[in-house]
Amino acid sequence: MAVVKLQRPKLNFGEKIYFGALIKGFFLTMTHAVKSLLGKSAGAESLASSGLGVTMQFPEQRWDDHLPEYYRGAPALVTDEQGRERCVSCQLCEFICPPKAIKITPMEIPSDDPWAKVEKRPLEFDIDMTRCIYCGMCEEVCPEQAIYLRKDYLFAGFSRAEMVHDKKRLYEIGGVRVGLVNKWNELK
Amino acid sequence: MDLLQIAIIITKIIVLTFLVVLPLVPVCVYFERRFSAVIQDRVGPNRVGIPLTLLGFKKDFHFFGLIQPIADGLKLFLKEDFTPAHVRKVFYWMAPVLTVVPALITVCVVPFGSPISLFGHCEKLVIADLDIGPLFVFSVASLSIYGITLAGWSSNSKFPFIGGVRSTAQMISYEIALGLSIIPVLMYFGELNLSNIVQQQADHGWLLLPLWGHDADHTLTSKLLFWFPAAIAFLIFTISIFAETNRMPFDLPECETELVGGYHTEYSSMKFAMFFMGEYAAMVIGSAMIITLFLGGWSIGFGLDAYVAKLHIGDFYFGGFIHMGCFLTKLIGFILFFILVRWTVPRFRYDQLMKLGWVVFFEAALINVFLAALIVAAPELKTAIIGIGAVLLVVLTAAVIWVAKVSEETPKVLRA
Ligand code: SF4
Ligand code: SF4
Repeated sequence: MAVVKLQRPKLNFGEKIYFGALIKGFFLTMTHAVKSLLGKSAGAESLASSGLGVTMQFPEQRWDDHLPEYYRGAPALVTDEQGRERCVSCQLCEFICPPKAIKITPMEIPSDDPWAKVEKRPLEFDIDMTRCIYCGMCEEVCPEQAIYLRKDYLFAGFSRAEMVHDKKRLYEIGGVRVGLVNKWNELK
Repeated sequence: MDLLQIAIIITKIIVLTFLVVLPLVPVCVYFERRFSAVIQDRVGPNRVGIPLTLLGFKKDFHFFGLIQPIADGLKLFLKEDFTPAHVRKVFYWMAPVLTVVPALITVCVVPFGSPISLFGHCEKLVIADLDIGPLFVFSVASLSIYGITLAGWSSNSKFPFIGGVRSTAQMISYEIALGLSIIPVLMYFGELNLSNIVQQQADHGWLLLPLWGHDADHTLTSKLLFWFPAAIAFLIFTISIFAETNRMPFDLPECETELVGGYHTEYSSMKFAMFFMGEYAAMVIGSAMIITLFLGGWSIGFGLDAYVAKLHIGDFYFGGFIHMGCFLTKLIGFILFFILVRWTVPRFRYDQLMKLGWVVFFEAALINVFLAALIVAAPELKTAIIGIGAVLLVVLTAAVIWVAKVSEETPKVLRA
């Protein structure tokens, strides 16, 4: 490897005694302090600040309206317009999920069911939200377009068990997706 | 000494140390967090308060997060107090105490306000009105070196050890600059009693703002002339206080990026809190010293002090409390300056720190002593002698600068 010799910058007297830089620094920090007290920090507007610095103060102010189109929140199951659960329990998402957050117990649809032709549906479908990393792999791999990452992000619980979303909860979050759901295009 | 006197002294100790200075420590911490947040465009702790919403009310009481320090303290108190197996127990336990106690002892010579009097009994607002104030502060404050050094050594692991050694070297070096830099001040006042020094400043103008109270002994010209050595002394003293209290541009004993946590790496819970407290108490005392010596202590200034001292309701002269308020305001102001410096100036390299202490401040303080002596003595000397003195001073300064320049190492070229 070629040796590159770096020359230390030659400092003049003013730079050497350092005081000018100190004063400049004080001005810089004080400007920031005054500006953030007045709620006029750079970027306060676009970040929807609370009026102090650029920070949005959480429980009162929420980022919800500012969530981008591509935001990845909690994964959830959806039903179609006829109320049929789209998931056919193929378990592809269970296999792809990097942190192994998904656990599916498949069941056969009994022959007297109107959807008997679908053959399979999940009996249990658990997503452990303490493991999920919101990567979106499940959404991408699903052949039936049954699992989507929605915009919900506020999950908290007092125990690990509370943090596992079961099938009922997943459908609650996911809701219904009507019309042609085509993942790679805009939602029609 | 009768009982009344002892009672008064104990009251003063309790009120001034435990009700004035100790509460200033959490206030410092609070300001540190809020001010740094504001500087960095953040909000800082503003939530801790009375959670009225839990009781069904509409709004919580936040008090701007002023209760945060209590929550911090409680957290530290409830944490596990872990003593690693490899430490030297006795010294390990002693070290935190040795950092807090000296800082609190020095409180006793700080004059908090002018004397108050009740029923003709006059009482100074200082715990011990010693005639060797600054010397006492230096000698006791330097004991806290032992705390940090012992903490570093007894922890028996490498990062605390390096931190301890660094702090020892740093504090001892800067003590010299600290002591030398205030000699001009003491020469000017001819006094080592802090109460009298402040009284003089109240009567004849603060050392750095000598704009009132002129008389034959304190002419405006002489005061303005002395302003220059005073300003130099102020600069050296303030920066040395930063180094002594291990505050930010000089916080090498505990710099996180190199030494994990420095000397308190192995400490947890209340023992860590005591180091924390000691550091902030030292900062409070340091600011108090700077204010007392250079910025007029409790004096309000502009000739108002005599008027305030005369305020009374019947037999009760309460001007001292107003002065105390003024002192505390100045103190908080200076603490805010400490914090501003911390979040503005990046940390020095260790060799730069040592060079600043030994090559720059030590010499500058020495020359400043001569300069101040010349200015103080000038009115009694003949013009010729003043001239000779001035020339000698210039020669001395030039010589010192030349020596410093020559002795500066040029880095060796390792490879051609
Ligand atoms: S988003 Fe990723 S981690 Fe979460 S369930 Fe889907 S595949 Fe698993
Ligand atoms: S990949 Fe889709 S269809 Fe298959 S089990 Fe997962 S959610 Fe159901």
